[in-house]
Amino acid sequence: MQAVITGLLMGLIYALIASGLSLIFGLMEIVNFAHGEHLMLAMFTSFWLWALLGLDPIVSIPITILVLALCGIVTHYFLIRYILKAKMLVQICATFGLAVFIRSLAQFLWTPDFRNISKPMLEGRIEISGIFIGQPQFTAAIVCLFAFIGLYWFVTKTETGLALQATSQDRQAAEILGVPSNKMFALGWGLGLGCVAIAGSMMSSYFYIFPDVGINFSLFAFVAVALGGFGSILGCLYAGIIIGLVESLGGLLIDPSFKLLYVFAIYLLVVIFKPQGIFGRY
Amino acid sequence: MSDLKIAQSEPLFNSNKKMTYLVLGFFAFLILLPALGPTKFFLHLMIMIFMHAVISQSWNIIGGFSGQISLGHGAFFGIGAYATSFFYVEYGLTPWIGILIGIIVCAIVAILIGIPMLRLSGHYFAIATLLVGISFQIIFQRWDLVGAASGLWVPLTSEDSLYAIQFHSSKVPYYYLFLIFFTIIFFITWLISRSKLGYRLRAVRDDAQAAQSLGIDVAKHKIIAFAISAMMMSPMGSLFAQYILIVDPDRMFNFEISIIALLITVLGGIGYVWGPLVGTLILIPLAEYARIFFGGTGGAVDLMVYGIVLMFICIFKPSGIISFLPNHILHREKMR
Repeated sequence: MQAVITGLLMGLIYALIASGLSLIFGLMEIVNFAHGEHLMLAMFTSFWLWALLGLDPIVSIPITILVLALCGIVTHYFLIRYILKAKMLVQICATFGLAVFIRSLAQFLWTPDFRNISKPMLEGRIEISGIFIGQPQFTAAIVCLFAFIGLYWFVTKTETGLALQATSQDRQAAEILGVPSNKMFALGWGLGLGCVAIAGSMMSSYFYIFPDVGINFSLFAFVAVALGGFGSILGCLYAGIIIGLVESLGGLLIDPSFKLLYVFAIYLLVVIFKPQGIFGRY
Repeated sequence: MSDLKIAQSEPLFNSNKKMTYLVLGFFAFLILLPALGPTKFFLHLMIMIFMHAVISQSWNIIGGFSGQISLGHGAFFGIGAYATSFFYVEYGLTPWIGILIGIIVCAIVAILIGIPMLRLSGHYFAIATLLVGISFQIIFQRWDLVGAASGLWVPLTSEDSLYAIQFHSSKVPYYYLFLIFFTIIFFITWLISRSKLGYRLRAVRDDAQAAQSLGIDVAKHKIIAFAISAMMMSPMGSLFAQYILIVDPDRMFNFEISIIALLITVLGGIGYVWGPLVGTLILIPLAEYARIFFGGTGGAVDLMVYGIVLMFICIFKPSGIISFLPNHILHREKMR
């Protein structure tokens, strides 16, 4: 039971990270291999806001979102714009290069040390009938869930969100109808990294922060996106939860040091037997 | 006459005399180089160049020939390194046989992973290889038989020994070893690029469905390319293990190896036989000097350079540096 709860809480965070990735992919068919690195940037942003200005990660969420959204838009204007029409190989290499660059830049600037935020606002854990729930984890999961609902509402119900969807379905048709696809792409990057920013700043209050932190999360995000079907945002929610559960239950039942491998096995099974993802829309 | 006929009717050695002399002269220079009394650092640099040229050539086979992007190729490098060192440390078996074992193991592993994974394509394959590369590192970090996280320490011989491939007094023997493997592997690649296999692989890359309809077994060819690529990667791991004499999971299954293989090939010119060499000649000296300039502990400066170079290449010259060459030279060496 403890493992199920832990997995569920972690899964909601994975879901939010993955939905950012999925949004970007759905929009322009580019896999952002630097997604984990953006997550790491978000965590460092909230770390530095805490270290320099004394702002708690919870308080500084809006700032982190702004920083990361800006970062996403910059990424779009300086890199992605040029490779939109390129071959897939080039697209993979470009975002991969971005990932390597951001990670090593972080190592260069901030050294590979582990850091953490001491005495965050949320601390300790609560006990409900023998099950321990870490307070920061719980809040993080709830915030992520709400952010996810917010994102879903934005994409499916508002006019801008519909324009976003239109662009992702047929870029040219949407342009004819007056939807500027370039702006939509920039918006998509902003939104996608905004999601990452929320997840990152929530996690920074209880996770160690170091330049390589993003790798595992980005791998899980890839798996979640593949599980949920590329481009499907709702699929990410289910997939994220499944991954969280697999990770914690596998760790409990078999051997915790191979946690990653279970998730990878799930990925391989899914993409081989059901390439469109469990909840894929394609 | 079809392209293939032209390719086959050409003699094994390039009939273009200028080109032949150029290549022969180049190799003569490489063979005589140690006699000129280069510094230790320069020899090290050359060894690194040979090693990375082969690593990226191996990646070129799967990435450039058959068009599948592998982000976990470092796994085969690690397997090669572990195969030689493990058998030498445990059974005293000469690394020469260890290299062979490594190649065979790599081929088997590549086929076993390849059968399920090469049915995937595009992003799915890239992500799957990324996961596989990291899985191997995790497994070797926990595997007690091969020393788990601390790795294997190759016992030192008291003097230089060809049997144990250990040379303590100078780097020159290592230089020749790497040079031999470099020559063999580039020659093999050159042969493949002109063989039927090479043409079929390119057909699979350019249009898998069309290739299928012409009777080419797409899955089989992708697996063959993957296995060849793995077999080229393995001896480099073995030799590198003999060069530094320590084998540990963090070094041998380093993610960096997979990145470099991809980066050099894309930089030099993906799909060209000489692309990886061009990329290596530019990047490795750049990276080594950047590392020296910023100091060994200066973080990840060389990786930062790699990242920037990769992005710039993707934006401005996706076909690689080699495509700056005039077309008639390019066409001769072209793999596509």
